[in-house]
Amino acid sequence: MDDAAAAGKDRAGPGGRTLAGAIWDAHVVAALSGESDLLAIDRLLLHERTGGVALQNLDEAGRKVLAPAQIFATMDHIVDTLPGRSDRTIMPTGTAFLTAMRDGARRHGITLFDLHDPRQGIVHVISPEQGIVLPGVTLVCPDSHTCTQGAFGALAWGIGSTEAEHVLATMTLRLARPLDMRITIDGALAPGVTAKDLALHIIGRLGSGGAKGHVIEFAGAAVRALDMEARMTLCNMATELAAFGAVIAPDDTTFAYLKGRAYAPTGNLWDAAMEQWRALRSDADAVFAIEHGFDASDLVPAISWGTSPQHVVPIDGAVPDFLALDGRMGRADYDRAIAYMDLRPGTALAGLPIDAAFIGSCTNSRMSDLRRAAAIIAGRRVAAGVRAICVPGSTQVKAQAEAEGIDRIFIDAGFEWREAGCSMCFFAGGESFGPRQRVVSSTNRNFESRQGPSTRTHLASPETVAASALAGCIADPRHVGAAA
Amino acid sequence: MIPLIAIEGIAVPLPRDNVDTDAIIPSREMKTVSKSGLAEGLFAGWRYLSMNSRDPDPAFILNDPRFAGAQILISGANFGCGSSREHAVWALAEYGFRVVVASSFSPIFRANCIRNGIAPVALPEEVTAILMAGATAGQPVAVDLRSMMVRQGEGAWPFTLDEEARAMLIEGLDTIQLTLKSSDDIALFRARDAVRRPWVYLR
Repeated sequence: MDDAAAAGKDRAGPGGRTLAGAIWDAHVVAALSGESDLLAIDRLLLHERTGGVALQNLDEAGRKVLAPAQIFATMDHIVDTLPGRSDRTIMPTGTAFLTAMRDGARRHGITLFDLHDPRQGIVHVISPEQGIVLPGVTLVCPDSHTCTQGAFGALAWGIGSTEAEHVLATMTLRLARPLDMRITIDGALAPGVTAKDLALHIIGRLGSGGAKGHVIEFAGAAVRALDMEARMTLCNMATELAAFGAVIAPDDTTFAYLKGRAYAPTGNLWDAAMEQWRALRSDADAVFAIEHGFDASDLVPAISWGTSPQHVVPIDGAVPDFLALDGRMGRADYDRAIAYMDLRPGTALAGLPIDAAFIGSCTNSRMSDLRRAAAIIAGRRVAAGVRAICVPGSTQVKAQAEAEGIDRIFIDAGFEWREAGCSMCFFAGGESFGPRQRVVSSTNRNFESRQGPSTRTHLASPETVAASALAGCIADPRHVGAAA
Repeated sequence: MIPLIAIEGIAVPLPRDNVDTDAIIPSREMKTVSKSGLAEGLFAGWRYLSMNSRDPDPAFILNDPRFAGAQILISGANFGCGSSREHAVWALAEYGFRVVVASSFSPIFRANCIRNGIAPVALPEEVTAILMAGATAGQPVAVDLRSMMVRQGEGAWPFTLDEEARAMLIEGLDTIQLTLKSSDDIALFRARDAVRRPWVYLR
């Protein structure tokens, strides 16, 4: 049954509450018909691709924004990432999106992190940076990767534009309660294996519909050991499992990250918040509709071979035979994927020549991602004929990287060093990779033509992208020796 | 929103899993700050022979005259995965689709459908396979939101939708208008919650 969302209200049987369930309960304004509740929303984030149209429709309907102080907007989806950028976008009609977002934000008193604001950047990078997301809040954004922010113990999920309008006008949403799934990850990641590899591995095993409609709680020793940026990477990819959202119980790592951020509470309010935040966890006897377990110790770097994030193999693996997929994929879909990717069953992924390498996106563009990639490329050169691009996730990340000299490492190696934004994670009509080009990418989606018409995307960690850029082919980052 | 109670007619089979919203409407086709003018970009990457042309690719099913005017689309698992862009649903609606039948949906796409008068009907894979085979042979499909049944030929299969979604589709409700009737409840909740969690209520 599709309606994973539907069964929620009936599950108040024996057993304790999940973290997601507890956050939900704290936000119920009123029960609606059937399984649905009217749920209070604490934070709404907008961006220029959908924010302008939502505000425009709201105006046309003669409605007001209920709580502008709880709403923030940024420019990330359409804005250029080339140095010297302005309102004139490469995307032919992009300027209108920027101006609609800006005018709408101004009209309604919404804080906008505009083009030249030092706080500008990808929405799921800047919201944590500014302390906009906090433990226990409900946070929505018309962007599917909003689940990223569940890393802070928030209930965060992606919505459409109409739902964004609904939040603008009412600071609520009408929705059926999602079911809970727990993914417990024991053990410890080996050196050179990252949260991205973990996420890809999980999607490969559970399939791209594997969490359909559920809120995933990531738990276990391996998750607790992750820093906040790695937790964000893990939660980011939950939407590639068709999850409603993802959540990680907040802990000292979370609190240390948030303390002192611009919109986080201070003084007595911080102490009062901490008292509530420390209680944000699933009860020991909480009941999850589905439980999965993984051992992080087993993992090696992962790479995708096909056109769905579930098409994943270990970096030393090969394109699987159809039969080895055990019915997890239809024959026609399989044939279509390998034809699109120009691969054959049994072809090793490592060693496949590439045309481009991309580091960026809401999945992997934060300081730690850039530092780890820089450690691999320092003192080395991108292989001849490979176009390599690094796009920091926010203007703040870019400035910090420049202060640390990381920009020089990328530039000296032959990478383009960009302004912050979503950039070539997808092709919005501006820049793209070429037809049939093979790209190793730290992004989240390898769909057909996602990064450009007929572009072939292989998803991987920033380390794998960096190592591949140097080698000119898909390469295992663990095999790059110390810098010469 | 136009109410959707029951519909019967030819259906377009799209026998693929994981049809993503980039495929339904590529980013480059979202050219204006608007909900309309998107039908032409529907499935653009598959529907036209090249990115820069509007020459129909005869191999793509929407270009098959037998399926012209179809209001029902049938596909595989995890339909509408990927980007949350509501433009995917606006494009389907503007093209004329009122029902998407699939073995499962991405949750955001599903919610977007309901808010735009498209019924997301989830049926088991065995059933969608039967429906697609029938649709390919030109058999009409009937979907009824009152009886919550899908029919084709002699076959009949029940489906489920949560009550709220069903009411919104059948009555064509404007949800914002509906929720604004609860403005007092919302104000009361926010006032109480602001005492409990003052840090949430920024000024």
